[in-house]
Amino acid sequence: MPVEVKGGQDVRSFVRTLVEEQGSEKAELIPILHEINHELGYISDEAIQELSDRMHIPTSHIFSVATFYRMLSTEPRGRHVIQFCESAPCHVAGGRQVWQSLQKELGLEKGETSADEKWTLITTSCLGVCGIGPVIIIDHDIYGNVTPEQVPNLLKNYD
Amino acid sequence: MKAIRSMVLVSGDQVSLNHGALEVFNALQQQLAAFGLEEEITVSMVNDVNKPGLDPLVLVYPDAVIYGSVTPEDVPHLVEEHLYKGRVVAEKQISPYDLTGRIAWLSARKGTLPAEHRIVLKNVGLIDPENIDDYILHDGYEALAKVLREMTPEDTINEIKASGLRGRGGAGFPTGLKWQFVAGAKGEKKYVICNADESEPGTFKDRLVLEGDPHSIIEAMMIGAYAVGANEGFVYIRGEYRLAIHRMQKAIEQAEAYGLLGDNIFGTDFSFKLHIHAGAGAYICGEETALIESIEGNRGEPRPRPPYPTTAGLWQKPTLVNNVETLANITAIIRNGAAWYKAIGTTSSPGTKVYTILGNVNVTGLIEVPMGITLREVVSIYAKGMKDGANFKLAQTGGSSGSIIPASLQDTPMDFDSFSKAGVSLGSGALLICNEDVCVVDLAKVLLNFFRFESCGKCNPCRIGNRRSYEVLCNIAEGVGTEQDLKDLQMMADQLYQLSNCGLGQTAGSPLRDILAHFRAEVEAHIKLKVCPAGVCPMSGHRVYQID
Repeated sequence: MPVEVKGGQDVRSFVRTLVEEQGSEKAELIPILHEINHELGYISDEAIQELSDRMHIPTSHIFSVATFYRMLSTEPRGRHVIQFCESAPCHVAGGRQVWQSLQKELGLEKGETSADEKWTLITTSCLGVCGIGPVIIIDHDIYGNVTPEQVPNLLKNYD
Repeated sequence: MKAIRSMVLVSGDQVSLNHGALEVFNALQQQLAAFGLEEEITVSMVNDVNKPGLDPLVLVYPDAVIYGSVTPEDVPHLVEEHLYKGRVVAEKQISPYDLTGRIAWLSARKGTLPAEHRIVLKNVGLIDPENIDDYILHDGYEALAKVLREMTPEDTINEIKASGLRGRGGAGFPTGLKWQFVAGAKGEKKYVICNADESEPGTFKDRLVLEGDPHSIIEAMMIGAYAVGANEGFVYIRGEYRLAIHRMQKAIEQAEAYGLLGDNIFGTDFSFKLHIHAGAGAYICGEETALIESIEGNRGEPRPRPPYPTTAGLWQKPTLVNNVETLANITAIIRNGAAWYKAIGTTSSPGTKVYTILGNVNVTGLIEVPMGITLREVVSIYAKGMKDGANFKLAQTGGSSGSIIPASLQDTPMDFDSFSKAGVSLGSGALLICNEDVCVVDLAKVLLNFFRFESCGKCNPCRIGNRRSYEVLCNIAEGVGTEQDLKDLQMMADQLYQLSNCGLGQTAGSPLRDILAHFRAEVEAHIKLKVCPAGVCPMSGHRVYQID
């Protein structure tokens, strides 16, 4: 099934518009990938193909860039992405127990998306809010000083 | 000019915003207008370090009173009691010491912790980062005007050299010298880059500057650009720092509108154009050549050096790359002079350092103090001691790539030279303080897990060395480690340092080397006695969840 983007545009014309607006210099590649990822939730093969045609950059290069950066995904993700910080400051502050609770509540392994496509659970390196570790970010909401007991209630905020 | 008798500041960091800071801000404006106080009391959104549970905060100056957490419903009472009648609302008031995880600082008034000295964070939490007028009111763009009107590029470089400022990104390279290299490099086109890709675990000092005082970075970049002969610049901001990107974007637009960015600034022939490039999530992009590759639209893989970016950087043109904290010192040095700066801190490391304090202590958060104070002072004075009276075991300075400091080094002055003499590095200034419940094998596992993921994969020692070290540490934690593993770990730690292409691999082994140097007995206990002395590792019978 073709993925639709805002305003009923198809992916190819959405990508085309982006390239027209931002230019086809190679330096624009990562900003454009950001936009595609934001709009579709991931970077589809179709988007990569169209980008390649418009920017005259090999698909292999685009794919290698898109898979290098953590904020970009070439796999579809759930409606809500949960990022769990697994770096040392959060770990020392009790992150391990929070991670256990998250996994138990969601029934997901690291990197997995739930069958109903609601959740994607990923781990991440430091998010720069270490003063309040352990930290999880759901979509763009930052939760700090999280305890394992709070996890079920946090998840209830999202449909 | 209207007289302001009081300033009300609302915390505007991301967590506060999530908890309704904007609604509180609006309610305050409404209420002040209702009492006819809008002419004499200003309300601003400022930045702050996050602390859920107390956010959003409202600070009232000059009384230095902090309220938290404040809801829009609290606002009418606060305005009537405190701002109209002058009575502090005690039940909503909190002490600066309650502010674990945030800037425990309130100008030069009550609540100031001893010996804090703010240069880098001078304006953070005091000015509205989205209002250029507020910045200008706090001496903003004065240093730029001084440089463009009274100083030649050579004067500017000499002033920075004389100040002794050293790069705060981790390596401590003399900033003035770097500027001189770029100024002296051949080429018509040159660039200035602000490295704001802060992703060192435990470090968030740069985020606070970007969110709380974005114009200071723009101004410093322009001074650098003038000094080296560049007219275009990039701020490479870590992609996850959405609020910082937003505030920096807004600051650029405001500066452009005032003619402070663009062509012929202050009527001189100096022109400067500034762009933002948002990172996309890769720790390695904090390495300057990887960052440059990333701006060019490639995977963030470091280039072999030399050539250094100072001669062949962005699009092979001479490029000045400076960290946020380094840049945040520039305007103060220009305004107050090199001699003033040199008098702060230690002889070889002048100035201040911003530290983020984390881990098993009573007060976590952030301080800016002169170079040269000791770890013991940080723990006892600023962090208010170890949590639950536990014993200090170790600290990691400078994030995951930093050194592990055992108790015996607690009294070493924290400056570049004293630390390097002791064989440790200051790094980014993150201080992760651990008590005896922390197991060094478990800690090393978490750190190596980080590097295993963040290695860009370009060179073998780093790609394979980090992965293999992690696997060996897992075996040791499981109780199946051998004496050969211990030798292998030492070898891999040394080889990571010796053979890796860039700073990531070179420093990835440093926590490992430090642990083997200072806590070898504890690692050996895991191998020979099959015991985890801290009772953390799986072999100790606790069910330990592996993240991976």
